[in-house]
Amino acid sequence: MNRYPLWKYLLVFVVVVVGFVYALPNLYGEYPAVQISPTRTTKVDQSLLTLVEEQLKQANLAYTSAALDEQGARIRFTDTETQIHARDLIQKALGDNYVVALNLLPATPAWLAAINAKPMYLGLDLRGGVHFLMQVDTAAVLKKAEENYTDDMRRVLREKKVQYLTVSRLERGGIEIRFRDQAEREKGLEVVRKELPDLDFIEIERSGDFIIGANMKPSAVMDKGRFALEQNITSLQNRVNELGVAEPIIQQQGQDRIVVQLPGVQDTAKAKEILGRTATLEIMLVDEEHDVAGALTGPVPAGSKLYKMRDGRPILLKNRLIYSGDNIIDSAPGFESQTNTPIVSITLDARGAAINQRVTCENVGKRMAVIYIEIKSDPRLDAQGKPMLDASGRPLRVSKRVEEVITAPVIRSQLGKRFQIEGLDSVQEANELSLLLRAGAFAAPVEIIEERTVGPSLGADNIAKGYKSIWAGFAMIAVFMIIYYVVFGFISVAALAVNVVLLVALLSMMQATLTLPGMAAIALTVGMAIDANVLINERIREELRNGNTPQASIYAGYDRAFGTILDSNVTTLIAGLVLFGFGSGAVRGFAVVLCLGILTSMFSAVLVSRAMVNLMYGSRRKLEKLPIGNTAWKEAAGHG
Amino acid sequence: MEFFKIRKDIPFMRYALVFNVISVITFVLAVFFLTVKGLNFGVDFTGGTVMELSYSQPADVPKIRDSLAKLGLQEVAVQNFGTARDVLIRLPLKAGVSSAELSENVMTALRLADPTVELRRVEFVGPQVGSELVENGALALFFVCIGIVFYLWFRFEWKFGVAAIIANMHDVVIILGCFALFQWEFSLPVLAAVLAILGYSVNESVVVFDRIRENFRKLRKSNTVQIINNAITRTISRTIITHGSTQMAVLAMLFFGGEALHYFALALTIGILFGIYSSVLVASPIVMWLGVSREDLMPTKKDTLEDGRP
Repeated sequence: MNRYPLWKYLLVFVVVVVGFVYALPNLYGEYPAVQISPTRTTKVDQSLLTLVEEQLKQANLAYTSAALDEQGARIRFTDTETQIHARDLIQKALGDNYVVALNLLPATPAWLAAINAKPMYLGLDLRGGVHFLMQVDTAAVLKKAEENYTDDMRRVLREKKVQYLTVSRLERGGIEIRFRDQAEREKGLEVVRKELPDLDFIEIERSGDFIIGANMKPSAVMDKGRFALEQNITSLQNRVNELGVAEPIIQQQGQDRIVVQLPGVQDTAKAKEILGRTATLEIMLVDEEHDVAGALTGPVPAGSKLYKMRDGRPILLKNRLIYSGDNIIDSAPGFESQTNTPIVSITLDARGAAINQRVTCENVGKRMAVIYIEIKSDPRLDAQGKPMLDASGRPLRVSKRVEEVITAPVIRSQLGKRFQIEGLDSVQEANELSLLLRAGAFAAPVEIIEERTVGPSLGADNIAKGYKSIWAGFAMIAVFMIIYYVVFGFISVAALAVNVVLLVALLSMMQATLTLPGMAAIALTVGMAIDANVLINERIREELRNGNTPQASIYAGYDRAFGTILDSNVTTLIAGLVLFGFGSGAVRGFAVVLCLGILTSMFSAVLVSRAMVNLMYGSRRKLEKLPIGNTAWKEAAGHG
Repeated sequence: MEFFKIRKDIPFMRYALVFNVISVITFVLAVFFLTVKGLNFGVDFTGGTVMELSYSQPADVPKIRDSLAKLGLQEVAVQNFGTARDVLIRLPLKAGVSSAELSENVMTALRLADPTVELRRVEFVGPQVGSELVENGALALFFVCIGIVFYLWFRFEWKFGVAAIIANMHDVVIILGCFALFQWEFSLPVLAAVLAILGYSVNESVVVFDRIRENFRKLRKSNTVQIINNAITRTISRTIITHGSTQMAVLAMLFFGGEALHYFALALTIGILFGIYSSVLVASPIVMWLGVSREDLMPTKKDTLEDGRP
């Protein structure tokens, strides 16, 4: 009577096998590797890999394999010492045009990798690394935008010959335009409504003044915020390359926050310096009168300066700033409507536009260069290479400008507020140029509002402690269950083991981030999942005590216990889901594992253990006794 | 093997008042410590910087304090953490100094004093993040309670929902009271543990309530007190075994999980131990006093899958 239909056995069997297979990658561990990724201007290909391999052989650094993949090249090593030596060697050989990063790569065998089986994704508290939460100062962005609008208003009113008294930005936000009389105000209102569609206008009467109040439309505010965020994400992505991080994560969080996760980064000082850098743009005219070659060998002509293009070619610029990145409001890649070639369109603020108009008018046919500038800051070192301190013990820093000409197009005609750069080779080039222009435009300030750094040794310790907790808990429970419930205890323990395997498999498949609290949740799940089997076993004992046959007792035990198991899991699931909704970071990791653990435990405690019991006892006709511990005593019939 | 061979119902309800007086006293004590001593909130909630350092030899804590004082950092807590070689430094939030600079300056100063120092962990939480975490934590607690009350209401009747949540909230307050009394650090993982335990212990009440309902239907001649006594007696062995096994897993965490999981496991331990007591011996009397009766439970349609309590 206790037999499953074949499909149910098969279902359980298939789920368990799939679970084991997908949990398997977690057993193989990781191997140290050096990862080479290209930067914007370079490519990683077979010839590069061959070059690197030759270098390694010359230096007698043994590696187990070297291969190309989508991100670049990976070279495996047997130990971390060789890995670090090799990294330094390769970085020196390849120079700054490649990102050479240390990484720990999963040693998943090929057949597992082929079915997309991966080990669990470890959080930063387990693998070590830096986590930053940065907040974009939206207020500063809006202030800057309003200042630009103030300039724009003055300009359009002047252009349309509307008489106004003052245009001013209010400290509390918003802009006010004052007029002498009602008629001018009406004219003005018509002009600004037409010319500045991003603003809402209202007429304000105040003690005889004729005022128009202007505020940014909510949609415009949103746009500015989004722009500022994207701008910061772009520049962060550009800079993170320099850190040599294998798998950096840079993501938007909420409306105005950015999460940066850099696994494996140990030099947090450098990470903060690089992330905290500011970038700007300077626009200058190209010195066409003098020869670059002459400047390279001989003296640089007075009033000019030698720069480098992104591809390394030198270029001579007239050393006079025309306007800077602060005057650039927007840039976007696109297509020229007639020729359908990629372009980048640029929008300037009123001040930039005025200068642009004047300068381009005088210099049609000449070239104008855009220089991308990053301010680096390094600790100042003394002769022994130790950081130098100031009087109050703080380390001194030196700033360094890193300059690069990102484009130098020819001015075809007089330009104004909006113009475009044409003649780009590819869509990709247009995208990159536009991103760099955005990154160097007026930067919304960002502030680090949360930092969590875990050193690699602590991460490894955390993993070891997590594992130890899980196994110790499991072992204690296993011993107790087998002593207390004998064979049924053994079945329960087997089901519990399946539960852990399924949970690990599920976490691996979903690539959910496993944190230390997540490991704690696995340990807790082990303790709570056995609950269901205790319920079932106790119920079977009770049925036996009441004089039922073993087969009937098994049937009733599983059947009746199910409702309770469901109940007892729902309340924990409620807590888990709420934690997931409100938690962040590590707590969310705990909640995910808790919820998944509840689901897998329902499956394993009920279906898996039942399948095992059915297979062992289900078809025995003459079953006199169940090995489930002592059930000899009878319960008192009465009560009260 | 068999731990519990209880042949007669234990008259738990005769001592209902005693249990609840004990509860009220512990509860009042917990509230007292919470108000007088307050929770020792971790950096997650207060904001500030925590740095964990590791030295190759036992750390010289006064010397570290000295180095920090030279940096102008006065209100700094420096203490050993786990072993004598590990040190934990807590720096309060300081207006105008960015976190990035602060921890770097500290590290530079300490490295000059002793180059073997290794940075194990830095946590900086800005004021805005800290207050958000407090808010989210409170909201989470609130929604878990609401969720459980509604679930029990739907599953049984409002009196059960109210009784279970009173019993288990009193657990939560007692856990918090312990954290206040001993000034253990209350961090985000501890909050997660508290909420998980809330969900976990409520199911113990559910088991007893289920049995009470079943008894109301089956034992027509018994009165409410007898019914509750019988329900508790027949479920107590299961309750103790399941809580015991969960406690084993938590003990493993307490002993092997290291400092990072210490308070998390401690919160779970208190929660589990008090959970046995309160979800059974506190919740049931409350249901009784709320005047649960056979009529409250009879119209429910479910019956076949209801039971299952050993």
